[in-house]
Amino acid sequence: MNVHEYQGKEILRKYGVTTPRGIACFSVDEAVAAAEELGGKVWVVKAQIHAGGRGLGGGVKVATSMEQVREYADAILGMQLVTHQTGPEGKEVKRLYIEEGADIADELYVGALVDRETQKVVLMCSSEGGMSIEEVAEKTPEKIIKIYVDPTEGLNRAEAEDVCAKIGMPAEAISEGADFLAGLYEAFVKSDASLAEINPLVITGDKRVIALDAKFNIDSNALYRQPEIVAYRDLDEEDANEIEASKWDLSYISLDGNIGCLVNGAGLAMATMDIIKLYGGDPANFLDVGGGANAEQVTEAFKIMLGNKNVEGILVNIFGGIMQCDVIAEGIVAAAKQVDMTVPLVVRLEGTNVEKGRQILDESDVKLQTATTMADAAEKIVAAVKA
Amino acid sequence: MSILINKDTRIVTQGITGKTGEFHTKQCLDYAFGRDCFVAGVTPGKEGQEVQGVPVYNNVADAKAEHGVNASVIYVPPRFAAAAIDEAVDAELDLVICITEGIPVADMIKTRDRMRKMNSKTILVGPNCPGVITPEEVKIGIMPGYIHKKGNIGIVSRSGTLTYEAVHQVTQLGLGQSSCVGIGGDPVNGMKHLDVMKMFNDDPETHAVVMCGEIGGTDEEECAAWIKENMTKPVVGFIAGVTAPPGKRMGHAGAIISGGQGTAQSKIDALEEAGVHVTLNPSEMGSTLLKAIS
Repeated sequence: MNVHEYQGKEILRKYGVTTPRGIACFSVDEAVAAAEELGGKVWVVKAQIHAGGRGLGGGVKVATSMEQVREYADAILGMQLVTHQTGPEGKEVKRLYIEEGADIADELYVGALVDRETQKVVLMCSSEGGMSIEEVAEKTPEKIIKIYVDPTEGLNRAEAEDVCAKIGMPAEAISEGADFLAGLYEAFVKSDASLAEINPLVITGDKRVIALDAKFNIDSNALYRQPEIVAYRDLDEEDANEIEASKWDLSYISLDGNIGCLVNGAGLAMATMDIIKLYGGDPANFLDVGGGANAEQVTEAFKIMLGNKNVEGILVNIFGGIMQCDVIAEGIVAAAKQVDMTVPLVVRLEGTNVEKGRQILDESDVKLQTATTMADAAEKIVAAVKA
Repeated sequence: MSILINKDTRIVTQGITGKTGEFHTKQCLDYAFGRDCFVAGVTPGKEGQEVQGVPVYNNVADAKAEHGVNASVIYVPPRFAAAAIDEAVDAELDLVICITEGIPVADMIKTRDRMRKMNSKTILVGPNCPGVITPEEVKIGIMPGYIHKKGNIGIVSRSGTLTYEAVHQVTQLGLGQSSCVGIGGDPVNGMKHLDVMKMFNDDPETHAVVMCGEIGGTDEEECAAWIKENMTKPVVGFIAGVTAPPGKRMGHAGAIISGGQGTAQSKIDALEEAGVHVTLNPSEMGSTLLKAIS
């Protein structure tokens, strides 16, 4: 689960990490009132959407008067903000964050994530703030210094101070820098984060260390013990189909193509997308109905796929293990009756009770083609969509 | 021979009184030597009960003391599953197979760290995996037994149904499997492709290996580097997720391309470079294997 920048900063402050003061707003008037409450002479008006690159897309502006705060808030609120992470259609800005200006002397980078190889949390630290860490990793990997944190010992103070010096913090800021890293690590662990990125981390003119931005992803498996973070969920930032699917315990992700696919199992679902592409088609979604799907879930899955106006054909690929093919076949027949199947449908069943399953499909009056192998299925649905 | 498990393995089912635990225990009991192999179950507070004729104990240590179990399979709900792994590790079992999906990553980091610091000899498979099967001997997990056939092909995979697809294709060709290992789709887990590949290489009954990988992490790349230097048997590879967009979690918690790492292409390139017979077509894992071993 993703959270907004201002929510990420709330998490950070809880663990003693310094951020600029700021207030989240939903209207232009609120934005002006927020700037007045914050006081000072410089404010930053920041679009709050779940995507990086907001500054480059025109979603972050520095204001030096109340008129400018009003002007920028008015321009940003409601805009379709396009960044490298939103896709060309962009995302509508519905929330703003008004923050006091910061006196920036230097911009650095720190990020925390789970390193799969060592199975530890790793802090990635770099002197190259403001750039994407992927770019730094590619061009100047020597500028990224990693701290692998021992899960029982926690962050080692001496190592943290050493790394702070290596990424260019001035001597006066090192102690505060080490506190910052310790706070970030604690915030990461205590909030069950899978990613926490501070880009940039700023050294101010008076040598303070503050988080100018904050990006958090939270491990969705741990949300049951993170009620405060669950309250941060912003449904406006999520794909409507994905929300609907999650209500039915379906794992669904929208893609750009025109062939819907319904599969059991995540690996097989990806492989099905791949084989559609291999035969010249384009998958419209990833959809894993899971190991024990019932007729109701299959029906909902069809509704979600058909709700996507780009879908011109549907491929069902089920490898029945514990899930039996005849049960799935009945689910497909029931679903097809309910949802008004307007596009070509190809069904490939394999595994437990496959003969019974195929017989049910053959004897039904649902218009569909059956297929034996994945290749056969992909070939048929691609041909049907192109016809 | 086979790897990890055979008809002499003695198994305790953790979470046996739950719906999932009981259902799959029955399936496993009914498969080949299952009745000899599955000798005990564990659910705290339920000692003295029987599930499908299998006696239930309060903890793994008691089950081990009574029945000499050397392996466990875990169906415990996600929030208690890491503690269940810890318990099996403390009982010094040889093998723990954790089927449970949805364990918080932070819990698995602690459990794996604990295993390393106590120099545990226990091998962990999973979590979030279908389990392990040695065909016609014993099945530990949720895979459909009947698609398997005893033979000489090793199969290792991060995914469940994709493994079944590979197994089915191999069986259809008249070949069979030595053992099939589902290592699971989570970012922090036990055995990796590399660990299983080494075992298959050492197993005289395994003549070739089919390996199914997927996007996310660098396990397949690390396995490829080892194969290049050490593997003496043909390997067929398929990587799922060529069409998966970056930054999106494709069902499995571990199946995500992030920070430019974990793309299907980098895995395919590494495997090809290591001499693995890579197919881009998941329908052709079987036929690619035939070519590789002929």
